[in-house]
Amino acid sequence: MNPNALDSNVTIAVIIGVSFACGVYLLMSKNLIRVLLGFLLVGHGTNLLLLSSGRGGIAPIAGSDGDLADPLPQALILTSIVITLAVVTFLLAMAYRNYRLTRETEVADDPDDAAVAHRGETVGGGE
Amino acid sequence: MTAAALLPTAVMLPMAGAALTLILGKRPKAQRIVSVSVLILQLVVEISMLLAVDANGTLVVQVGGWSAPFGITLVADRLATLMLVVSTTVTLAVLIYAISADHADGEETDTPVTIFHPAFLILATGVSNAFLAGDLFNLFVSFEILLTASYVLITSGGTMERLRDGAPYVVVSLLSSIIFLSGIALVYTATGTVNLADLAGKMAALPVGIVLVLQAMLLVAFGVKAAIWPMQQWLPDSYPTAPAPVTAVFAGLLTKVGVYAIIRVQTLLFPGGNFDDLLMIIAAITMVIGILGALAQAGIKRMLSFTLVSHIGYMLFGVAAHNEIGLAASIFYVMHHILVQTALFLAAGLIERVAGTTQLSRLSGLAAASPLLAVLFFVPAMNLAGVPPFSGFLGKVGLFEAGVENGSAVAYVVVGAGALTSLLTLYTILRVWGRAFWRPDPEVLEGGAPGERIRPGQDKKWFAATQARRTALRTAAARLPLGMLVATTFVVAVTLVLTVVGGPIYGVAERAAENLGDRNGYITAVFGADASSGTGGLQVTEGAGP
Repeated sequence: MNPNALDSNVTIAVIIGVSFACGVYLLMSKNLIRVLLGFLLVGHGTNLLLLSSGRGGIAPIAGSDGDLADPLPQALILTSIVITLAVVTFLLAMAYRNYRLTRETEVADDPDDAAVAHRGETVGGGE
Repeated sequence: MTAAALLPTAVMLPMAGAALTLILGKRPKAQRIVSVSVLILQLVVEISMLLAVDANGTLVVQVGGWSAPFGITLVADRLATLMLVVSTTVTLAVLIYAISADHADGEETDTPVTIFHPAFLILATGVSNAFLAGDLFNLFVSFEILLTASYVLITSGGTMERLRDGAPYVVVSLLSSIIFLSGIALVYTATGTVNLADLAGKMAALPVGIVLVLQAMLLVAFGVKAAIWPMQQWLPDSYPTAPAPVTAVFAGLLTKVGVYAIIRVQTLLFPGGNFDDLLMIIAAITMVIGILGALAQAGIKRMLSFTLVSHIGYMLFGVAAHNEIGLAASIFYVMHHILVQTALFLAAGLIERVAGTTQLSRLSGLAAASPLLAVLFFVPAMNLAGVPPFSGFLGKVGLFEAGVENGSAVAYVVVGAGALTSLLTLYTILRVWGRAFWRPDPEVLEGGAPGERIRPGQDKKWFAATQARRTALRTAAARLPLGMLVATTFVVAVTLVLTVVGGPIYGVAERAAENLGDRNGYITAVFGADASSGTGGLQVTEGAGP
């Protein structure tokens, strides 16, 4: 077994799992604010997952010998945090725009889908 | 070394162009000149890259000088450069189309010009970077670049319809990105590297169960982007409401980037073919479900979105057939489909300009109003259906051959499904053709008093309304901006080139497939001459065992 500091850390695993579960649940909503919160949660869960993928240890650049931490996952997380930030900003703008247009935080249904669903209902009702 | 310098250039050019066009936001004319010339330059760069790669083999650049498994690697093999050339051809044509449409509309465009050009060029950056990416994380970043640009483009203008239909697209894309990123985290945990060439060597050492999980996660992530059943639901809802040029470039390119990622990952990292049977079944279902959906649609744009989903199944089948013929046919089909689908959406945009709608019930007599438009729709439509002389036929024959060579019962079923889908595509297209282009008049006309609907039988009014409608169509067709027609004609012409010089181009696709089959070639190219010490030099983080 490698000296991966986190591979036996149940706490982190549970936190990742819970934030994924809650986040995905929120993402299923039609309410854009809930979607935003869900995405934040899932994003944090993923970043933790990325963090736990590397080897733990002392600081990689300052430390001279011994078990150095793996610096690559941290570089990856930084990138992913920046991307999350950009996307959250976009989602916020979208939610605000949606609110301005409709005074609601929920996204409307697609009329074509509604038409197809309606057709299905009427056909089903006719039989 | 000089040829290798082309790789970063292909990514940097559109990115620099995006920055420039953002600065020039208040000067639309300068913006247009910059974005068109940037894309033309990029096309030149990529064609020279294709020639260099086809002659001398894979080009590799280690960004920042860090040696292979540690730094960011850009790799251009035949597949990547082929995709680059086709994608830039399409983006350039669509850009000219969009500029011409905006120009004709003056100030009242439905895409704000200031944002359109930078976002479009960022999209081109993301696409180029995705094709050149030599490691998984760089691939993820390029996906994010192109997705973020696509969010902006798909909701451009911020009208209610676009928000309504764009929101599911954004959320689904976010979820697939998260799955992809989690997949990368797991890959890194298991192998200690994200470099594709390095992974190719290390994947074999992992326990089968772990490999299956990683493969499944990556396939799901790319499958959502490529709109493969059962992850295709978002596409037909979100594409049709975006502006015509945006839909055209999305339909042509974005799903194909997902297909490209699947081809790359399946051939390089998971050559064992673990999911081949499953993928074949999924390919067959994607084909059939997509085309049945297309049959039920009332509007041309939605119909085209469903055929897009359907034909992704063919490309997936080529990969799943797991032989060189299949890969070559798949690559050829991807190129063909990028061009044809873009041409069709551009033609649909023209139809919308002439008739004011793309709903079939309200379209008629377009062939009489504009024969040129009829040709521009008919040629790519027949090509999509795979009628013999066209490139769609060549691609499909290749795929069927691959299925026969694979020889399993599943493969024969998929070949059958492919043939059926092909026929149904032809039927769908003919339905559009018969209704929109050949039918003399619709059943109900708008006319007379505002909101009044006239049915045949109200003789005089009907006659007057039909006459008025026909003249209106003719004048609208005559007023089509030249740039839009030229751009569409250009894409249609390129699809014909793919037919006329089908042999040589198919040859390049075959060589690209050979490239993919030769994994050691890729690995040696990335690690340089000292390949053996390159792979051995990295401290391996062993997988978390059972």
